[in-house]
Amino acid sequence: MSCVVYKLGDDVSTDTLYPGRFMATVLPSETVQYAFADDGEFNARLQKKEIAPGSVITAGSNFGCGSSREQAASCLAGYGLVILAKSFARIFLQNAVNLGLKTLAVPDLEAEPGDELEIRNDRVINRRTGKEFPVLPLPPARQAVVDAGGLIPYTKKRLLEKAVSSH
Amino acid sequence: MGMTVAEKILARASGKTVVRPGDVVEPRVDLAMSHENAALVINQFQDIYKGTGLEPRVWDPDRIVIIFDHRVPAESSKTATNQKKIREFCAGQGIWHFHDIRGDEGGICHQILPEYGYVRPGQIVVGTDSHTTSHGALGALAMGIGATEMASVWTLGILLNLEVPATIQVAVTGRFQKFVGAKDLILHLIGKITAKGALFKVLEFHGPTVERMEVSGRLVLSNMSVEAGATAGIVPADDRTLDYLRKDAGVREPLKPVKPDPDADYDRLVEIHVDDLEPQIACPHTVDNVKGISQVEKTRIQQVVIGSCTNGRLDDLAVAASILKGRKVAKGTRLIVFPASSRIYRKAMERGYLRDLMESGAVIMNPGCGCCLGVHQGALGDGETALATTNRNFKGRMGNPNGDVYLCSPATAAASAVTGVITDPRQGGKS
Repeated sequence: MSCVVYKLGDDVSTDTLYPGRFMATVLPSETVQYAFADDGEFNARLQKKEIAPGSVITAGSNFGCGSSREQAASCLAGYGLVILAKSFARIFLQNAVNLGLKTLAVPDLEAEPGDELEIRNDRVINRRTGKEFPVLPLPPARQAVVDAGGLIPYTKKRLLEKAVSSH
Repeated sequence: MGMTVAEKILARASGKTVVRPGDVVEPRVDLAMSHENAALVINQFQDIYKGTGLEPRVWDPDRIVIIFDHRVPAESSKTATNQKKIREFCAGQGIWHFHDIRGDEGGICHQILPEYGYVRPGQIVVGTDSHTTSHGALGALAMGIGATEMASVWTLGILLNLEVPATIQVAVTGRFQKFVGAKDLILHLIGKITAKGALFKVLEFHGPTVERMEVSGRLVLSNMSVEAGATAGIVPADDRTLDYLRKDAGVREPLKPVKPDPDADYDRLVEIHVDDLEPQIACPHTVDNVKGISQVEKTRIQQVVIGSCTNGRLDDLAVAASILKGRKVAKGTRLIVFPASSRIYRKAMERGYLRDLMESGAVIMNPGCGCCLGVHQGALGDGETALATTNRNFKGRMGNPNGDVYLCSPATAAASAVTGVITDPRQGGKS
């Protein structure tokens, strides 16, 4: 079961997720401290570990719009958050897939902070209201990267295949 | 059914005769650009090789370009250390297309790539920067990717598992009024189709207005295509493109423009007529919150920024200088100018634009991204408002979540710097 901890609107930008002034920090182990840095209250809840891994942020359309900065995905992945949005910006979605941040497109989702959700592969069930909402499947090409555990292991596999075939 | 420019480029680069939207392809990459975030790419690249027993070598050092622009000169020891690490990596890997912090060949990545002739029509260009869409202005398929994705490109030389995007045709007709141009057009388009209007799609620009437009203006259209969610923004290459590449960028090799097929299958058509277009302003805090200037005139501003990968080119500085020459920046307002490259900086100096701007009160900064992304060189104070020729106005973008950013053209920025309030440049900056 996953609890909704934050409800956001449309067009949440990478400047909200990870402000540009912290971009010199690149390592995923260090980016977590700046997640939602300009949102003092939520940043504090994250840093004090008040939010359990697997907790859910819900949002509207075009989540993660803006910069290609990967820190915007790595800082959320570091807390084990799950993002359920109507839709995602392209580069952010790709970064999330590559880094193993769980992101699901649930266009019709109705949920409020505090609601407990059951997240399945094809649908999300809101335990409070009993309503079910379909999950848009990831394109198969991206699912392969998710299944491999992210782009680093996936590329490693492809590199080794290439090395074998060229010998 | 024929193919769009993006489809043709992806088919060629993937070794296929035809591709359709939704097909999954693995195109070979022609050009891979990174800036300071190469520090993270290097980290991920080394992780890919860890445990393989193979020596980490990039697939083709000639196809990689590294340009320092985001925090130049370094604003912190952390950045300086990242830059040092990248320098050492480039030397070790033989990456010699490397633009360090220099006054002779430095600048913003999205100006250096066209200016030095790295980009050619028909190429697949990827960059670890969302505004890599800029290079569609030269008829390439150019898109932003994340750092781990780039590490994968450095390893394999291909983009893994890319879905062919559908293409939206944008047809632009009419002639701009004086002091109205490419920036107003792209802001208008983003306002019209919204920040998600082209999500996962390509914008392909057509029409007599675009055909008449110089490459510098086309770069503005392609640059900001990403603000409508687009994967790429392409202006099909024509004689003007080739002329630019030959004369300005010094390219000598044969060039092959890629045109869309006459029966190409577009997702939809968006038509814009610019005869009556007034200067456009993107209001806080989203780029699609676009209004005609008449609706926001007289808004007081404390900081005006002219520059960035969107509008720091020579014609941008020229129009700003023409408006500010012999006049003064209003008291209580500061004007910060960032030329997009060293070459532009020098030309603007030779032509007297920088003198005119400085005499008006402008501060001329070194080429770079500057305050656009809120890292250094011009943060806003609490409650302050900026008017900028940059490309994003998200909350916190200019270094302070308690500041507001409005986006506009260089002409509007210059006219407004004179009055200290948002001012229609067609009225000559009189308040």
